[in-house]
Amino acid sequence: MAMRRYSAFAIAKEAMSYHLGWERAWGSPAPKKKYDVIIVGAGGHGLATAYYLGKNYGITNVAIIEKGWLGGGNTGRNTTIIRSNYLQDPSAAIYEKARSLYETMSQDLNYNVMFSPRGLLMLGQTEHEVRGYKRTVYANNLQGVATEWISPAKVKELVPIINIDGPRYPVLGALYQARGGTARHDAVAWGYARACSGMGMDVIQQCEVTGVRTEGGKVVGVDTTKGAIDCDKLGMVVAGHASVLAEQAGFRLPIESLALQAMVSEPIKPCMDVVVMANTVHGYMSQSDKGEMVIGGGTDGFNNYTQRGSFHHIEETVRALIETFPMISRLKQLRQWGGIVDMTGDRSPILSKTPVEGIFVNCGWGTGGFKAIPGSGWAMAELMARGQSPLTEEFSMYRFREGKFIDESVAAGVAH
Amino acid sequence: MLTLECPYCGVKAEETELQAGGEAHLKRYGPGASDEEFEGYLFMRKNPKGVHFERWRHAYGCGKWFLAARCTATLEVFGTYPAQSTQPPVDLQAKIKAKRPNWEGYK
Amino acid sequence: MSTRLSKGGRLIDRSKPLSFTFNGRRMQGYAGDTLASALLGADQMLVGRSFKYHRPRGIIASGAEEPNALVGLGEGGKFEPNQRTTTTELFDGAVTASQNHWPSLEFDVGAINNKLGRFLPGGFYYKTFMYPRFAWKHVFEPIIRQSAGLGKAPTARDEDHYEYAYAFADVVVAGGGIAGLTAALAAAKAGKRVWLMEQTADWGGRAVVDAIEIDGKPAEDWVAETVAALSAMDNVTLRTRTMASGLFDHGYIMGYERVADHTPGDGRPRHRLWRIRAGHVITATGAIERSLSFAGNDIPGVMLASAVRDYVVNWAVSPGDRTVIVTNNDDAYRTALALLDAGLVVPTVIDARAEAKGALPEAVRARGVRVLAGHGIAKVKGGKRVTGVSVCIQEGEGAEIEAIACDAVAMSGGWSPVVHLWSHCGGKLIWDADRAMFRPDPNRPATGDDGAAMVTAVGSANGHLTADEVLTDAHKAAGGEGKAPAAAIEAEAPMMPVWIMPQGAGPALRMKMWLDPQNDVKVSDVQLAAREGYESVEHTKRYTTLGMATDQGKMSNINGLAILSDALHRPIPETGTTTFRPPYTPISIGAIAGEARGDIFQPLRRTPMHGWHETHGAHWEPVGLWRRPYCFLRTGEGVHDAVNREIRSVRNAVGLLDASTLGKIIVKGPDAGKFLDMLYTNMMSTLPVGKCRYGLMCSENGFLSDDGVVVRLSEDTWLCHTTTGGADRIHGWMEDWLQCEWWDWKVYTANVTEQYAQVAIAGPNARKLLEKLGGMDLSKEAIPFMEWREGTLGGFRARVHRISFSGELSFEVAVPASEGRAFWDALLAAGEEFGVAPYGTEAMHIMRAEKGFIMIGDETDGTVIPQDLNLQWAISKKKADYLGKRAQERSHMASPDRWKLVGLETLDGSVIPDGAYAVAEGVNANGQRNMQGRVTSTYYSPTLNKGIAMGLVKHGPDRMGEVIDFPVDDGKVVKARIVDPVFFDKDGEKQNV
Repeated sequence: MAMRRYSAFAIAKEAMSYHLGWERAWGSPAPKKKYDVIIVGAGGHGLATAYYLGKNYGITNVAIIEKGWLGGGNTGRNTTIIRSNYLQDPSAAIYEKARSLYETMSQDLNYNVMFSPRGLLMLGQTEHEVRGYKRTVYANNLQGVATEWISPAKVKELVPIINIDGPRYPVLGALYQARGGTARHDAVAWGYARACSGMGMDVIQQCEVTGVRTEGGKVVGVDTTKGAIDCDKLGMVVAGHASVLAEQAGFRLPIESLALQAMVSEPIKPCMDVVVMANTVHGYMSQSDKGEMVIGGGTDGFNNYTQRGSFHHIEETVRALIETFPMISRLKQLRQWGGIVDMTGDRSPILSKTPVEGIFVNCGWGTGGFKAIPGSGWAMAELMARGQSPLTEEFSMYRFREGKFIDESVAAGVAH
Repeated sequence: MLTLECPYCGVKAEETELQAGGEAHLKRYGPGASDEEFEGYLFMRKNPKGVHFERWRHAYGCGKWFLAARCTATLEVFGTYPAQSTQPPVDLQAKIKAKRPNWEGYK
Repeated sequence: MSTRLSKGGRLIDRSKPLSFTFNGRRMQGYAGDTLASALLGADQMLVGRSFKYHRPRGIIASGAEEPNALVGLGEGGKFEPNQRTTTTELFDGAVTASQNHWPSLEFDVGAINNKLGRFLPGGFYYKTFMYPRFAWKHVFEPIIRQSAGLGKAPTARDEDHYEYAYAFADVVVAGGGIAGLTAALAAAKAGKRVWLMEQTADWGGRAVVDAIEIDGKPAEDWVAETVAALSAMDNVTLRTRTMASGLFDHGYIMGYERVADHTPGDGRPRHRLWRIRAGHVITATGAIERSLSFAGNDIPGVMLASAVRDYVVNWAVSPGDRTVIVTNNDDAYRTALALLDAGLVVPTVIDARAEAKGALPEAVRARGVRVLAGHGIAKVKGGKRVTGVSVCIQEGEGAEIEAIACDAVAMSGGWSPVVHLWSHCGGKLIWDADRAMFRPDPNRPATGDDGAAMVTAVGSANGHLTADEVLTDAHKAAGGEGKAPAAAIEAEAPMMPVWIMPQGAGPALRMKMWLDPQNDVKVSDVQLAAREGYESVEHTKRYTTLGMATDQGKMSNINGLAILSDALHRPIPETGTTTFRPPYTPISIGAIAGEARGDIFQPLRRTPMHGWHETHGAHWEPVGLWRRPYCFLRTGEGVHDAVNREIRSVRNAVGLLDASTLGKIIVKGPDAGKFLDMLYTNMMSTLPVGKCRYGLMCSENGFLSDDGVVVRLSEDTWLCHTTTGGADRIHGWMEDWLQCEWWDWKVYTANVTEQYAQVAIAGPNARKLLEKLGGMDLSKEAIPFMEWREGTLGGFRARVHRISFSGELSFEVAVPASEGRAFWDALLAAGEEFGVAPYGTEAMHIMRAEKGFIMIGDETDGTVIPQDLNLQWAISKKKADYLGKRAQERSHMASPDRWKLVGLETLDGSVIPDGAYAVAEGVNANGQRNMQGRVTSTYYSPTLNKGIAMGLVKHGPDRMGEVIDFPVDDGKVVKARIVDPVFFDKDGEKQNV
């Protein structure tokens, strides 16, 4: 369906008729019998994959099928942080690709995703951490990622509410990415869905895949709660539920599903314009445009498919942050929740061909998925359209067999 | 926050007393194993949405490792048993089967 | 206007007046008031501005569901934004201020948004502010950010303190109304350990306000007697001002106790957070009245009918002289009666139902009040205060039939059970069409660790809206024996769902019907979302922000999803609800952190010498939960100078390092040698008694994870030293393999890290110093390098290891921890004549780098295998297996192209910056500059008076003498030569004396 352009003028015009004239942002079609490509999972990554298949490769006979509602999984449950200050080359490449696409996403999609490159700090609170971040800065400079190491005084200037003289972990400086920031998570999914729909793709919600059909080691289609649908290629982009889907296709993925915890405070007037991550004490915080302090914490250590919050993680995170941000003591927790994250053995994602011809998998983003959405979609589309992509080269699901890891926990390392 | 009963000391331990250790009943592959076998052992962990067997350590209690049968979708704990087991006890398997008739059984 | 009535008020004590201020104006209330009742009593109906349109906002409710009446409370270190006035008890001297306006509450410039409201429908910002691209960050977002948010950000450090408390109970009952009291009593009589909590300061809930009769007594008396009975029972804990804020897995329930919010400054903790393990949870959390959606329902003076009743009965506050009541049910007539009893005027009751003939409407008619059945409100008149209503036919489109002057409107759209706790852990709901409510589905409760139901909802929280049903339900659900308490009540006629008033209202009216008055979400916004395809209730919520305000939509979420369902022509249960997340109402972050702040925010591990370090200039470095001296600062000395001085002192005289934090694990048993051979890459079973050997440990994935010196203490006993950070991890790792894999091996381990104090005595004078203490022969012959002896030194029981991490003549001496400080003091005293000085971790690091020794965490980072560090000599070729061996055979790990350890020396003698990378020619497929190595350790060496470094370089050991480039800051390039990593005393002449 052709999409009408969004603008201030369109709003003004519609206001004259009480906004009764707005059309659907995306269609609600019944599935066709066959598509060139089916993407399972209408979260950010799945929708972005479909979008770039259309935009970059002209493949528009595409269905994105979703068990629940589009954007209803981790896309809508994360803390919306966008950064690309990763240490290892393959990660820096895909996350920086994503970050640069975020810069123009609102204009590309004609949907305001409120990308806010407000700056992101990772605090160095031990000598060891400082060395790790300085190393990251040098790596980033060679990778084309703009980051710098800044002094405690500069940290204080950027984050007036911070206490840099904590009794246990004083702030020794920070890894700063000035063009890191946040975006409105739901809008990313909605914007892509609208754009996909606008290119003639079918976004099919409330449609669960119940089986994957293969013939002679090649995919031919899927069975769904809305009937059988044929396809030439299948992209599995279902994050924490990837294992369940892979099982249906007859292979196993090297991932485990864990619950990740987050919370927001009640909204207050703006007091922190940057994103701050404090990895020594395991917490991170930003302030949304609505005014809530968005706080992210740790994951469970055990397999978990319940999207529930667990109190002790929140407790640990808050305890960790309160010395660094004393003012949060007098705010109130508004809401806490959990999301299911899919973790691989090296905590880096999988964008890969699979043992079944025509099936491609994109999963394992762990706690870092949101920031990667456009880059992930861009790379996955290239992989599916051309059979290979430099961005996905190192993210094969077979790398564990070769012992070729992409380990980003390096900067945290082990204490001596 | 979970509670699991430590089969050694009998304490119904809080999650914060415990350390999770991943999939139980792994068969170790060392030198001489194929790349696929070794990959399977170290990385291809079971990740079911449902009945799962896993390792836990009563880290801030008696220090013992033990095994648990737990549902990853509801967090129901079917039972815990000593780490020195090569497979889930038969009576525990029967108990799970009775509660979850659709369970495919321990593989 | 609102005012304090001359008599009545069951909760206030008129003999105790309290004064407070609102926006600087002094006002007066009474003990027992909430901030809201005190404000209303002082005729302050306008208390804030809404989030988006900055419309005037008044008090609408009397409890947790209040969306509007939030204030900034207190000052300085006691300031708290967004304090809900309806649930905050008044205290003397309270300082309050309204929020979200500029320059003043009465005149708010932001209200321009209200005039522009037509151009700012739900989700408008997704459709605009996109061009030009840079404007979002620099123009639009700053404006939106400034106008968003509610209360001011606190700035001062919190002056209050908080605490945790723990409890266990068979049954936890949430809610102290008649349902909760009945359930608690029934469970307690059955012998259960019962914990009962009530979020307000008073027991009894609605029943005491409505003054019903229970078991032939006034509810007030019945409640008092029941509370007295419960208090007398040993197995019951009662807690008021304590809200069940959240239910988590396996019966973990939070009780948020507001201990001293109402008595600030009395020294008690402000909040106490109870963490309770419950065998079973009974939610008796009542129900919340819903608003009605008619135009102008957000104007100050429009209130919930039950709230109006509460204010009149509990606090003797009249919201207005003339109150119009609008309802779709019988219960609101109780409000009419309460107002009449207080001598106030009810001009009309407007009832949307076609007829109103129940006992309650008749009772109201009998008092001479007109009841207009089949009618609704077309529009409320007024701006900052209600001045009247325009009455219409409910079935029509809103044409005015008559206008009624009034200064308050009491509305009731029916009741919604409080199902939050029921839902937090996955309890499901069913739609009850008769009462138009979602209530707990008894067949799909949240389940606990045993798979059985862990929650039972009772009373109104279970959908029962009359007192008699409530009591019966609660008694039965809690396993009560015999007859349940009985209530005398009037029969009520069925309610009629009303989602829009009037039902045929056109777009102009729908744009004035508020669903979420805090976030400014209106009926038209939800309809717009549906029209645009935001069909899921989660989409609509997120697109419009419905229910995302601080009240989380307690009052009107159901109205919103009913309107969404209507717009999508699907039944309400198909739309469902958004997810109920903890906490029930916001809880202070201070309470979540508890006492963990300042110095005690984490436990601190101390070595026996910690106190000495503290008083001798230690510049601390956190290492795990320990703090180790980085260096010891002397007066006037900088860190860098101190480190250099310490190194020179070790190299030229003698230094002392507190090495007590090093992990020490005893491994003992017939199979201990076999076990250690699996654990370490080297052979440990062949280590002779009396000797020491440096060992490496890898993860099963092949990566180097820890190192340390292993000591053979006796035939069947080894002592394994680990890194400071590794002690607990490695001990756990050992136990993991022993218990889970090789459980038939006879091995025992014990982590004795804290049982010994350990000191490294290093430097040319080390032997002289120890000989002065006396007691052992420490000659080269008696204790050769890499051996150990036991004996006494200066009277201390000591185990002396001849090992060196500095390259100097060095002894590491372990003594019992209890004697550690005395031993340290003795060493300092004996060493004075030899120039002894303590040294810290940084001097240790630099000296080991001068010697080319690797450091776990510097040369390793979780991606490095021993082969990368040229440590093949420490990998036994004879062993068939060790942990990590198979992993290291994988193709990428066996590759000759891995980066390997070398020394690096800058051409100009400077220090290469930490973390710098060496570049290679060209770029990779992703356009990134190719790299060929990196620095792992880099220091200024005072011994050699130049920069030294170690690093990992591709084919490094084969490229000795080659110069490579390290681009550093500001476009500069540091050139460094690849050299042997041992910079100092290559032949070990200094340590082997």
